[in-house]
Amino acid sequence: MSRPVLSYKDIRVSFTTEFGEVDAVKGVSFDVAPGEVVAVVGESGSGKSVTSSTAMGLLPGNATIDGEVEFDGQPVSKMTPGQRRRLRGQDISMIFQEPMTALNPVLRVSDQLVEALQVHDIAYGQQALRKAVDLLRQVGIPDPERRVREYPHQFSGGQRQRIVIAMAIACGPKVIIADEPTTALDVTVQAEILDLLRTLKGELNTGILLITHNMGVVADMADRVVVMLHGEVVETGPVSEVMLSPRHPYTQRLLDAMPKLRQDSHDLEETVHEAEEVHGEHVDPDGATVSVTEPETDARPGTSASETTESGPGRTASGDPFALEAKDIALEYKFRRKATRVVEGVSFQVEPGEIMGLVGESGSGKSTVAKAVLGLLDVPEGELYVRGKNMPALKGRERKALKREIGVVFQDPAASLDPRMPIGDIITEPMVVHKVGDKRSRLNRAQELLDAVRLPRSVVNRFPHELSGGQRQRISIARALTLSPTLLIADEPTSALDVSVQAAVLDMFKELQEEYSFACLFVSHDLAVIDTLAHKVLVMQNGRAVEQGSTDEILRHPHEDYTQRLLAAAPVPHPQEQAERRDARRQLLAAQGLNLD
Amino acid sequence: MSTQDENPQRLPGGRPDTDGPEGDEMTDLAEIEDAKLKKSERSLSQAQMVRRRFFAHKPALVSMILLISVIILAFSSLGFTGTGGWWDKTYLQTGPVVDRGVPTILSDGLLGEHPFGQDNNGRDYFALVMRGTQQSLIVAFGVAITSTILGVLIGALAGYFRGWLEAILMRLTDMVIVVPLVALAAVFGRYAQNLPGGTLTLAILLGLVTWTGMARLVRAEILSLREKEFVAAAISMGAHPARIIIKHMLPSAVGVIIVNATFAVAAAILLETSISYLGMGIQAPEASLGLLISNYENAFQTRPWLFWFPGLFIIIIALCVNFIGDGLRDAIDPRQQRKGSRRPGIRAVLGLRGKQAADERTEGPETDAADASTTTQEKEGGR
Repeated sequence: MSRPVLSYKDIRVSFTTEFGEVDAVKGVSFDVAPGEVVAVVGESGSGKSVTSSTAMGLLPGNATIDGEVEFDGQPVSKMTPGQRRRLRGQDISMIFQEPMTALNPVLRVSDQLVEALQVHDIAYGQQALRKAVDLLRQVGIPDPERRVREYPHQFSGGQRQRIVIAMAIACGPKVIIADEPTTALDVTVQAEILDLLRTLKGELNTGILLITHNMGVVADMADRVVVMLHGEVVETGPVSEVMLSPRHPYTQRLLDAMPKLRQDSHDLEETVHEAEEVHGEHVDPDGATVSVTEPETDARPGTSASETTESGPGRTASGDPFALEAKDIALEYKFRRKATRVVEGVSFQVEPGEIMGLVGESGSGKSTVAKAVLGLLDVPEGELYVRGKNMPALKGRERKALKREIGVVFQDPAASLDPRMPIGDIITEPMVVHKVGDKRSRLNRAQELLDAVRLPRSVVNRFPHELSGGQRQRISIARALTLSPTLLIADEPTSALDVSVQAAVLDMFKELQEEYSFACLFVSHDLAVIDTLAHKVLVMQNGRAVEQGSTDEILRHPHEDYTQRLLAAAPVPHPQEQAERRDARRQLLAAQGLNLD
Repeated sequence: MSTQDENPQRLPGGRPDTDGPEGDEMTDLAEIEDAKLKKSERSLSQAQMVRRRFFAHKPALVSMILLISVIILAFSSLGFTGTGGWWDKTYLQTGPVVDRGVPTILSDGLLGEHPFGQDNNGRDYFALVMRGTQQSLIVAFGVAITSTILGVLIGALAGYFRGWLEAILMRLTDMVIVVPLVALAAVFGRYAQNLPGGTLTLAILLGLVTWTGMARLVRAEILSLREKEFVAAAISMGAHPARIIIKHMLPSAVGVIIVNATFAVAAAILLETSISYLGMGIQAPEASLGLLISNYENAFQTRPWLFWFPGLFIIIIALCVNFIGDGLRDAIDPRQQRKGSRRPGIRAVLGLRGKQAADERTEGPETDAADASTTTQEKEGGR
């Protein structure tokens, strides 16, 4: 291996806080060679971001740093502020997690790129602008001459991240530190950005320090892996070794915990062939089993033997009303009396005791549907039946009574629990709202539910901020189950959690569903999570239903192009397999007539 | 299902089965977190944390002690009605002017014959100042409480319900804001002189013109809380709007409310002083701090103590309340990170602590370059 361009030597970082010193990093050493991708993997609090920031000197004032970062053999800490500024951007550059916040919203893209070039004496004026256009072309922004004059908000999320990357490579850095570069992006966009980074690395021979929590991304990109836990390196080595035969139990645990799509590459190839066939003459795929019909062609997709009349709720095979049934609903957001349609003509049914996964990328309207079911949004068109009652048409008391039947778990465990209430009050709040039970029976119920989500009973007197994300999400689930609802709405309940915590929460969710047998609308962007839980899947794109059917049907034998692309883009934590999937994805995109960039 | 029921597939055989307190051998984040939860028994509520931080804020603590002393002094010396306290003179009782009415506090000690001197009519100036302090405190807290209740109510309704209600309430707010405050307060003050209830009536009337700032702040806070998921959770639970506002939103906005209420106290003292000075507030023979200053402004050259003592009490009350507000804001909103020290002392608040940091910064890159052994980061860390 060639001489490392960036090396961390026994880095220790501690923070002074209100409650004393906190050691965030406890002696971490690793190197990054030119043209090499080193992935630092760990869950939240492992110190992976703190470690990498030491190279840039971006830590807050209350941090104390020991150890040494060497860039090209030179210790960074001994540099003068002037040398350091040159180092930042010119020799080491960063790609941040959230492209919208990394770009200045009030400056044109051209200004921001030109600034980066001028600050580091690369080019000035017209020359810099020409270079900026070249950079945009290099990162695959179409029509760069025109678009360079636009503002960041005029670009899509993926394009913004491309612009951030363009800024990062503007001065030909020797190392790029990419801090969770794809976490805020959709899977299909993530795959594109990773492709871009891979190409650029080949062209520029830069070392990339990739910080991520996603093992799939690691398998896709990395040459070497550093696994961190609680500020220490627990395992390091070439990617194939660490991913395929992990030695440390934590690495094994991390790999086990990652939810996987039950699908092998053989299936994927099949779908590619299928796509090729289908795409020749665009016919609606109609070979699905009875349970699947196309929402575009049929306004009311009938699931298992339902005899739906034109008006009124449908009934399941056993004659009971569906737990949840949407008929051609359209949803809109109002702003200054102007309504923007975000969901159009979506229909689905959820039977009692069934989990339906609602999948889609950002902007697909999946969370909007969940909001409508919760009554947080009006339904201007179509009908929404909860246990056979059209909820939007109900008023006052009846509507409130119906809400007893619905529990909810939101995405962000930090925001969905009232920070000023003790856990006991939070869990029993639905009982207070619906005037169920007295003080004693409410406390009993709270303790019962805490047992069910495997938290100690003493937690009732604690406050949300004392709990970790996973624990808070379990409290959220407990609250949702307080009144034994027949329908649970889960809006991305695990996407804010670490993988191992997510695995634990998902396991518990499954058990609780079996025990309490509630019906569930499970909204997620993660196909693998849906695969482990749901009986049925509805795929949404741009506010419309793309495809629905049983989980096996949709995730193993998708018919729609979009579903196939979604499936192909999800990375797996296995380097060789991921390489194969990458090729398969390219074939798929080519077969669907889409460009590869 | 029970607490002991660990999911078997989450425990692979190779894992060393130690549950040591260090947690080094534990490899599952969820398990480590749960173990921590069982271990630590001490639990601080939000209110307890706020109290802890407030008492760590030295200037606020000193101010609070001082303010409480002033309140006790004012009300115990004269009693609530102006008679019956431990001070043997009342503020109405006239007498012969001894030695031009010079304060005896320097010659006869703290509790002499007339520690603060006497006015033109031979009234004891200590009694007058104490009476004035009483009245000013009643006005200050009366105004603060009235304006806070009104402001919170209007702001919360406007922020939660939006639509036409918000339009009406906020335009009303704008209308009150565009009229100069002192003019409005003077009119209300004059009106209050003809009403029963004395100072408290005046305080409530003044509260009716000073709620606007609070209403706007609370509305803004409620607007942002409206989008929080815990509010969405409460709505989807079927909770009544009153419950959502009172139980979920106002407790979260309490920081803004308390801090602004304390600043309203300071502002009300000054407002009462202004309108009494203009002759529209409290009238003689009653005393208020502003009125005393206004009465004896011509004596400033010859008998300055008639000016100093009421002025001193105005400053003490206003400053103390401001520092308490400062401390509360820091305690309630820890996200407003102070740079450098975690516990601000008197020196930091008076701006003396910043000097060292400023010197360091002005040293500049030249000296930094020469001094290669100490890095900027170490300096930052050591600060």
